[in-house]
Amino acid sequence: MPVRVQREDFDAGAEIARLRADDPRVGAVASFIGVARDRNDGARVASMTLEHYPGMTERALEDIVAQAKRRWDVIEILVIHRVGELKPLDQIVLVVVTGSHRGDAFAACEFVMDYLKTEAPFWKKESTPDGTRWVDARDSDDAARDRWNERDMPR
Amino acid sequence: MKVKVLYFARLREAVGRDREEVELPSGVATVAALRDWLVARGDPWASAFGEIRRIRAAVDQQMATDEAALTDGAEVAFFPPVTGG
Repeated sequence: MPVRVQREDFDAGAEIARLRADDPRVGAVASFIGVARDRNDGARVASMTLEHYPGMTERALEDIVAQAKRRWDVIEILVIHRVGELKPLDQIVLVVVTGSHRGDAFAACEFVMDYLKTEAPFWKKESTPDGTRWVDARDSDDAARDRWNERDMPR
Repeated sequence: MKVKVLYFARLREAVGRDREEVELPSGVATVAALRDWLVARGDPWASAFGEIRRIRAAVDQQMATDEAALTDGAEVAFFPPVTGG
C-alpha cells in the first residue's frame, strides 16, 4: 500500500528495501523523514498529539501520490504518517520515491511533502510548559506548495 | 435534507463535539450556507467559527469551496488549516 496512517513507528531502511525489492529499473531512491523537535515558536515542546480525519487523510495522501506520479517519471512512492502522541526525537513522516534517475525522484519527494503539509488533514497539538496549544499553519508552507504551480511541467 | 457535520482540531474543541447530524431547512444547500446556518444557531458555533481563522471545509472527504453543493446524507467537515508533516 503506497499510503499508511498509523500510530506505530516505522523502519525507513526496511521500507526502502521493500519498495525497491527485485526492481532493477530503480536507479535512484529519494527519501524524506520528518522528526519531532523539542522547540517550536520559542517554546519547549514536551510532546505533541497528531489528530487526523480517518478516511479523508488516506484519500488526500493517495491523491497527492497520484499527482506526483503523473507529473514525474518515477516508479513507486510510499508515504507513512504517524498519528497519536509523539515526543521529541520521534519520527513523524516518511516519504520514499523510487525512480530511474535522481532528478525526478528528488522533485517528486519534495512535491509530496509540500502538498502533504498544506492539503492532508492532520493537525498538531503541542504540550509546552505553558499548557497545550494547537500549532498554527505557516504561510511559508503555502508558499512552498504554490511554487510548484509556477514551474513548467516536465515532459 | 439531512447532513452529517464533523469538526476537527481547535474547531472540534471550540464547538464541544466532534460530529452532529443536522436537518437543514430548504435553501441551505452549499458549504457557505451551512456555515452561516450553524453560526446563526448562536454559541458555541458562532464563537467557534468567529474565533478561528481560515476555516476550511470538505464535502464527502474532498476539499470543498464555499460554493460546493450539499446533497442529502452528505458528510461535511469543517477544520482549521492543516499542520501535518
